[in-house]
Amino acid sequence: MSAVTNAPESPKFTSKELVTDQEVRWCPGCGDYSILKQVQTVVPELGIPRENIVFVSGIGCSSRFPYYMETYGMHSIHGRAAAIASGLKSVRPELSVWMVSGDGDSLSIGGNHFIHLLRRNFDINLLLFNNEIYGLTKGQYSPTSEEGKITKSTPMGSVDHPFNPIALALGADGTFVARSMDRDPVHLKEMLRRAHGHKGTSFLEIYQNCNVFNDGAFEIFTEKASKKEEAIFVENGKPLVFGQNGEKGIKLDGFKPVIVDIGTDQNSINDLWVHDERDRVKAGILSRFFDRHEEGKPHYPRPFGVFYVEDRTRYEDRFNEQVEQAIAKKAPDLDALLRGRETWVIG
Amino acid sequence: MADQQQEVLDRVIIKFAGDSGDGMQLTGTQFTNTAALLGNDLSTFPDFPAEIRAPQGTIPGVSGYQLHFGSVNIFTPGDACDVLVAMNAAALKANLRHLRKGGTIIANTDGFDPKNLRLANYPDGINPLQDGSLEGFRLITIDVTKMTRAALTESGLGIKEIDRAKNMFVLGFLYWMYNREMVHTENFLKEKFTKKPDVLDANLKVLRAGYNFGDTSETFTTRYTVHPAPMPPGTYRNIMGNQATALGLIAASQKCGLELFLGSYPITPASDILHDLSKYKNFGVHTYQAEDEIAAICAVIGAAFGGKLAVTTSSGPGIALKGEAMGLGIMLELPMVIINVQRGGPSTGLPTKTEQSDLFQAMYGRNGEAPMPVIAAKSPADCFETVFEACRIAIESMTPVMFLSDGYIANGSEPWRFPQAADLQPFKGNFVSAKDGEKFLPYKRDERLSRPWAIPGTKDLEHRIGGLEKQHETGNISYDPENHEFMVRMREAKVAKIADHIPLQTIDNGNEKGKLLVIGWGSTYGAIKAAVKDARAKGYDVSHAQLRHLNPFPKNLGEILYNFDQVLIPEMNTGQLRSIIRDKFMVPAIGLNKIKGMPFSTTEVLEKIEELCK
Repeated sequence: MSAVTNAPESPKFTSKELVTDQEVRWCPGCGDYSILKQVQTVVPELGIPRENIVFVSGIGCSSRFPYYMETYGMHSIHGRAAAIASGLKSVRPELSVWMVSGDGDSLSIGGNHFIHLLRRNFDINLLLFNNEIYGLTKGQYSPTSEEGKITKSTPMGSVDHPFNPIALALGADGTFVARSMDRDPVHLKEMLRRAHGHKGTSFLEIYQNCNVFNDGAFEIFTEKASKKEEAIFVENGKPLVFGQNGEKGIKLDGFKPVIVDIGTDQNSINDLWVHDERDRVKAGILSRFFDRHEEGKPHYPRPFGVFYVEDRTRYEDRFNEQVEQAIAKKAPDLDALLRGRETWVIG
Repeated sequence: MADQQQEVLDRVIIKFAGDSGDGMQLTGTQFTNTAALLGNDLSTFPDFPAEIRAPQGTIPGVSGYQLHFGSVNIFTPGDACDVLVAMNAAALKANLRHLRKGGTIIANTDGFDPKNLRLANYPDGINPLQDGSLEGFRLITIDVTKMTRAALTESGLGIKEIDRAKNMFVLGFLYWMYNREMVHTENFLKEKFTKKPDVLDANLKVLRAGYNFGDTSETFTTRYTVHPAPMPPGTYRNIMGNQATALGLIAASQKCGLELFLGSYPITPASDILHDLSKYKNFGVHTYQAEDEIAAICAVIGAAFGGKLAVTTSSGPGIALKGEAMGLGIMLELPMVIINVQRGGPSTGLPTKTEQSDLFQAMYGRNGEAPMPVIAAKSPADCFETVFEACRIAIESMTPVMFLSDGYIANGSEPWRFPQAADLQPFKGNFVSAKDGEKFLPYKRDERLSRPWAIPGTKDLEHRIGGLEKQHETGNISYDPENHEFMVRMREAKVAKIADHIPLQTIDNGNEKGKLLVIGWGSTYGAIKAAVKDARAKGYDVSHAQLRHLNPFPKNLGEILYNFDQVLIPEMNTGQLRSIIRDKFMVPAIGLNKIKGMPFSTTEVLEKIEELCK
């Protein structure tokens, strides 16, 4: 059965109509506000009937998101949104399913479902709000917090080595892997559009500032003074350029990335690494631009944009194809099924 | 040929036992199907090791299959065996205590060589087939390996492949002994080995060699006949519990017009339901093997939200992992069926052994006040009707429902007078569409206290649900103390109200009033049924009732309980139903409890009845 209306023309609803009657309860100044706004701006542009949109979340600050979207939604349990979204998408492939999660939800308690969602490649958009802290439980370190982090549960500093979410997603054979940030609405909107456009699981990591428990965690990437030096925005087919005036670039020496000054005698823009988002090996190298200013080690800018894209069959397509093939091959006959192979008659 | 005598028996219990590689499950199943086709009533119980390949020749590696068939009604796989087939020394050692005095042992002498005797821990130089220790039994020794090899000298097969056909020799011999035709097994082999004509030929040859051995050897003078049983007229098939569960789910899916979604993670002894359903995709069955137990039930929650008949299958340890998600299902008030094929616990416990120790888990195993309907099947065939009922309750009352089976009925089999599809009652979900000018209230309830099922894709019914406490009717998040208590009691009342839509409890056998009522639930049915029948034949005033609905109980259960002087509750646990009955009805119920990974024998229940009636 299906009650879905397949609207031929673009559905007409505005960003305002995506706002629910529920009071938004994130802390004032939280990065989640910006993400909500960008999502509410982009979704009406996508041409999906509103009733076909579902937001599924787990537990955490980010996971309140569905309550603020006037679409179908489920605020579920900690870490399990990926599994719930998978079940829904597998039987209702025509729905546009969005999953909203955080670093704790997806990378700690829900780590298992996260990797399996990526390898199966359901057509689900996974927005991972990474604030490198546990906000809802009031400030413990998260699986993306840096080593040595002082929090309520780690007064002497965390001894955990953090995850690199982009590398993890690539390792799980994710077919769309991207990063953006709450403080760059234009870039974030573009990444949301790209994520939606990809036919498969779209993993979008969004750096999100928790101004209460981890304020400024991403400041160097988001603030004007440092952004140009510390962040590099990668675009398909374009050279890797950054710096205050775009004077720096990244060159590949074999598999080794090297930071160079361009416009000098030694290096021109033509020598730089040109981003190819379909190159898995290079996406892997790019994902390792993840250092935190360690003495004696090279320091790379943090990449934002689409790291990697791949076309791979979606789980739900093959899942439903098998059912259709089975039906085409053998019409269901309940009486024959109940009778089985061998029967005998008494009386 | 010797003078052959014919003896008529009303029932026989055979235990096939051998190494797990000896093909005893197949041998037992073949004999069973042949007995069924001849019209015998029967009941079976496979008993196999947890390890896929436990060390060969050892006692942990023994695989058994018990079959009880007769010309009378059969309720259990039987207590003591009449015949024990022992393919090796370990099989004899492990099963001798289950053989009745004077029973028959059919031993494969090749399995009693020094190596096998040592592996079975017989002292040096001791061979039970030769030392006179089996004097109280009728011992038939056959060198099955030698006979099989002799029959296949010209087959061109390797020795390993030849030896694999040993079980067919034993089967052929038993077919001779019990006057059975072999055509069913011959057809089975023909189908199984279509692509391997040489293997087919070998198996057929050995099967016949076994039969002819009985016929021509002068050792055996008596053959037995077991006539068809007086069963209600109709068309029958043989069925195992897990099979019946799979068929019941498909039937329910067809009868409510919703595609079936199964989210599951493999676990003993429930996996066969997943295997079976995976074969029936042509019925619109979607089987999803999730990454873990939690993902399995969460996928089910997603599919239920999407408007499907959603089911998860597992066993105790997996159910423990699903606890939080079951609570979410209760909070979301979405329909789903959670199947627990119980096994011995706690923890990993006894994966291949049976137990009924998850009743408390089913009733209470979630955080908060999280009531869930619980329903239990009493026999292999009864799994069909019971799981169908579980689906109906889930869909009509918008609630998760726990269906309990156990390893005993999951793998056991019995004849089933299967229904016609047209005789199964259809049911339907409470799907809604938008009404003009009316604000949609996702938690507004109908007369069953059930909420509407508004699935994504339905225009103008966009809404959000979640695990946080809901406000009455609107479903919005609410921390209001009054509302919380109201909603806790509402969810409880909703489950209690299911009692209005289930049958009243009946007495299975005996009077409505009397001295002793034996109450069972689940797979204890057969043993209680047989014991109460025997006790009544001996003149005891005893009745039997078997509960299918454990939450809520049928409305008249209290009344029934109060009509008896004493209540006995046999359970394969330490007394979980007894606690619930005592708590709910203040009845001083007495327990008969067995926690050995084995079902009750009829004798065990009968002895307790006699003790209480004295």
